[in-house]
Amino acid sequence: MSPTTSAPAIGVVSKKTGVRWIPVIGLEVHCQLKTETKLFCSCRYEFGASPNTLTCPVCTAQPGALPVLNREALALAVRVAGALGADVAARTKFDRKNYFYCDLPKGYQISQYDQPFCTGGGVTLASGKRVRLVRIHLEEDAGKAIHDRGDMTLVDLNRAGVPLIESVTHADMQTSDEAYEYLTALKEILQYVGASDCDMEKGSLRCDVNVSVHPEGEGWRTKVELKNLNSFKNVKDAIEHEIERQIEAYESGDKSKFPVQETRLYDATTQTTRTMRSKEDAHDYRYFPEPDLVPFHLDPAFVEKQRSMLPELPAARRARYQSQFGLSAYDAGVLTSSRALADFFETTVKLSGNPKESANWIANGVLANLSDPAITAKSVDELPFRAHDLAELIELVANQTIHNNVGRTVLRGMFESGKSPRQIVKEQGLEQVSDEGQLESWCREALVGKDKVIADVKAGKTKAVAALMGPVMKASKGSANPQKVQEILLRIIQTEL
Amino acid sequence: MSGFADYPKLDATSLADAIVSKRTSASAVVEAALARIAALDPRLSAFHTVLGDAARARARSLDEALAKGEPTGRLHGVPFALKSNMCVEGVETNCGSKILAGYRPPYTAPFVQRLLDEGAVLVGMTHMDEFAMGSSGENSAYAAARNPWDLARTPGGSSSGSCAAVAARFVPFSLGSDTGGSVRQPAALAGIVGFKPTYGRITRYGLVAFGSSLDQVSPFTRSSRDMELVMSVISGADEHDSTCLDLAPLEPERSDSVRGLRLGVPKEYFASGLDADVRREVEAAIGKLVELGATTVPIELPHTEYAIPTYYVVATAEASSNLARYDGIRYGPRKPGDGSLQGMIAATREAGFGPEVKRRILLGTYVLSSGYYDAWYVRALKVRRLIRNDFDRAFESVDLVVCPTSPTAAFKIGEKADDPVAMYLSDVMTVPTSLAGLPAVSVPCGFVSLEGKRLPVGLQIIGPSLADARVLRAARVFESATKHQAAIYSLEGAGA
Ligand SMILES: [Zn+2]
Repeated sequence: MSPTTSAPAIGVVSKKTGVRWIPVIGLEVHCQLKTETKLFCSCRYEFGASPNTLTCPVCTAQPGALPVLNREALALAVRVAGALGADVAARTKFDRKNYFYCDLPKGYQISQYDQPFCTGGGVTLASGKRVRLVRIHLEEDAGKAIHDRGDMTLVDLNRAGVPLIESVTHADMQTSDEAYEYLTALKEILQYVGASDCDMEKGSLRCDVNVSVHPEGEGWRTKVELKNLNSFKNVKDAIEHEIERQIEAYESGDKSKFPVQETRLYDATTQTTRTMRSKEDAHDYRYFPEPDLVPFHLDPAFVEKQRSMLPELPAARRARYQSQFGLSAYDAGVLTSSRALADFFETTVKLSGNPKESANWIANGVLANLSDPAITAKSVDELPFRAHDLAELIELVANQTIHNNVGRTVLRGMFESGKSPRQIVKEQGLEQVSDEGQLESWCREALVGKDKVIADVKAGKTKAVAALMGPVMKASKGSANPQKVQEILLRIIQTEL
Repeated sequence: MSGFADYPKLDATSLADAIVSKRTSASAVVEAALARIAALDPRLSAFHTVLGDAARARARSLDEALAKGEPTGRLHGVPFALKSNMCVEGVETNCGSKILAGYRPPYTAPFVQRLLDEGAVLVGMTHMDEFAMGSSGENSAYAAARNPWDLARTPGGSSSGSCAAVAARFVPFSLGSDTGGSVRQPAALAGIVGFKPTYGRITRYGLVAFGSSLDQVSPFTRSSRDMELVMSVISGADEHDSTCLDLAPLEPERSDSVRGLRLGVPKEYFASGLDADVRREVEAAIGKLVELGATTVPIELPHTEYAIPTYYVVATAEASSNLARYDGIRYGPRKPGDGSLQGMIAATREAGFGPEVKRRILLGTYVLSSGYYDAWYVRALKVRRLIRNDFDRAFESVDLVVCPTSPTAAFKIGEKADDPVAMYLSDVMTVPTSLAGLPAVSVPCGFVSLEGKRLPVGLQIIGPSLADARVLRAARVFESATKHQAAIYSLEGAGA
């Protein structure tokens, strides 16, 4: 079969041997939940706060302190489960995962071992492929150990006890692009649900990857875990590097070089991975049921209530924007890239009654201004005006009160001053002029000395009149109604000259 | 001795009454307590820390409040002591361990706060077996408290100091903690009342954890009515502890009778290993209850023999995890070791924990290890369920179970120190109730003579889950029909 006619085949063909290697990729993603307080105490959490200021006896593991489950975290977690189409267990419990580390104040992490609160679910990629989830569980974050202060290690426990949800996929992905797309979709969903910021730079989303490769048609081989991935791009690069490394190792034929079950750390600067710990060094976490938190039942009514609070998710919105508003797939994608933007768009549509123009003004005008360094607002949450104002602007252009180009100036003015479009138009005298007398005098001025154009028009080439539009608009400082100008020019040429 | 002269004769109820009715003052009472501690504690070693100045200052402010006619609490001016595994802001809580030497908690346990809110005056923190692991007080890193009835003997453990402090009448009541018998066994050995409530009746927030699914704050008192009073103050729902039951504080029963109560007598508790003299006293006590109108029913608790091994799997598993936080990083003395993180943690724990604590951490780590978990921990949980089922079945036909609290009277310090299993077996009669989470009281019920000393014997009364008030009513009725509770030790030159 010729490669030009078949669907793109999966896997990587070795240049050396011609063998087609099939990668198998699974992801484990930790997301911090955006709750008012930590998972088991009433401390607030805020990224970047002064070290050890957001702590209490519970999250610093003072002797005698006990955890109490934050119901808000549970509610958010259940909402995430709903958004991912996962099943929420009727009964769930917490377990202790025991190990010593300086950022783990109790010497154990309260996590969920054999009865996670939710199983199943998944994310559908653009190709239609479904990446299935094995489970999602709730656990507490550790503190932060800071090692780069001379020979000291400093410990900041602000983060200790922040709620995390850990989602584990089946090894359903076969390319780094699929992994990237899965992460992007997961992040979008979590942000839409309001469950997490998913900001890798602030550590509110962390991702570990499992990778193995095997020749096409053969069984799966040893998987390697990759850690220390600090951006989606790192995830993609690390997977690509690891696939290459494993294929090379197998093709060397030297069994001592074959991949072994281990955890490898990714180094973004060299784009390579190195062994962190082998299977033999793996911890025995001695999981056992957390005796300080009794097992609990998730009331079906509670689960249903959380589900009913789910917003329409990005994929559904994209589809609807195309079918209901007739937007392009591209525009629908741009407008749903964040929930705040999509919500802003929909409010604008509702107020203006004009989906296409709303999409244009937001996808082009608003977003262009937001990315302009000279503008203070950096995201749709920071806009100095409301959807109501943008709808007013769209209306002013639509009813020809102002010209489209003037509309852009007005929008800029809205970003700069926060004033309403009407106010800006009035203050700057931008209202489109439709007064026949005024228009006619501008037109007559423009016709002076334009004999060639006049001759062309008279010969039937009415389009030639376009050459006169510029001077008229210039004379009117953009406020002339272009349609009327054209009518007047044609009338004068055809009836008077 | 200075202060209120009648101090050692009165229980908490009478003391509060005497203060509020102005027959004495909180200051005079506290002065009497501190004087008695100063005079006798050097021989008893009940206290690790005596809070003299703080107690005096608090007594003064309570006296002023009373003089101004402000409302008074139910324990107005009554001195009390705490086991050193209970958190009071700024007061050393060392758990009898070097690893927490000098540790001052940043918060006060709610059950302590409830006592303070009723006007009780904290006079000190008491010695205990390290992390409550022991039955004699000898596992303390600081001092082993002595039994006031015979200074050569133990007051039991692990709440040794809190027990000795009440038995020696330093304070009319104190708090201990009971994980496998650490309050009931000492109460029996020192002739006072010790009560372990139903698991979940009292918040554990602020009680340093040993075996989380077993630990309960448990008071020592001289009288059963005091036990009812103290329980009604410290029990009840608490939002800081998810295992604390959502119940109102305990309300003592009004009845003054045991008439009609069916008492189960478990044959397994009267088998070999029970000292003949102890058996005689306990049987006489049960006879007394029958005289008072109760009836007895022979019952069987067939899984009793598995209680000790089950307990040592469950409690050590939980302890191995609960004690992981003592790593020298956030509090407690730190040893650098080889300078690495793991080295520092290992060196700190090596130096900080005593041999019994290390033994139990190893045991607990082992039973939770992968490959052993199912054979040990999971199986222990199943047996625990069977033990609970034994009691549930028994309580279908009886109202209470009566038996000895301890198989022997107080043993000598050093007698079992080198034989951990013999020490573990001294809890054989209290551990099953702990595993089942049931309420159980030990009340003084007689004496045995050993080497010329009178040594107290305790009767254990066990109730079904949440029948705490019934258990305490039976103890109160028994006590008022007998005089054992009025007896006091004969420490040379210190008798009442
Ligand atoms: Zn906290």
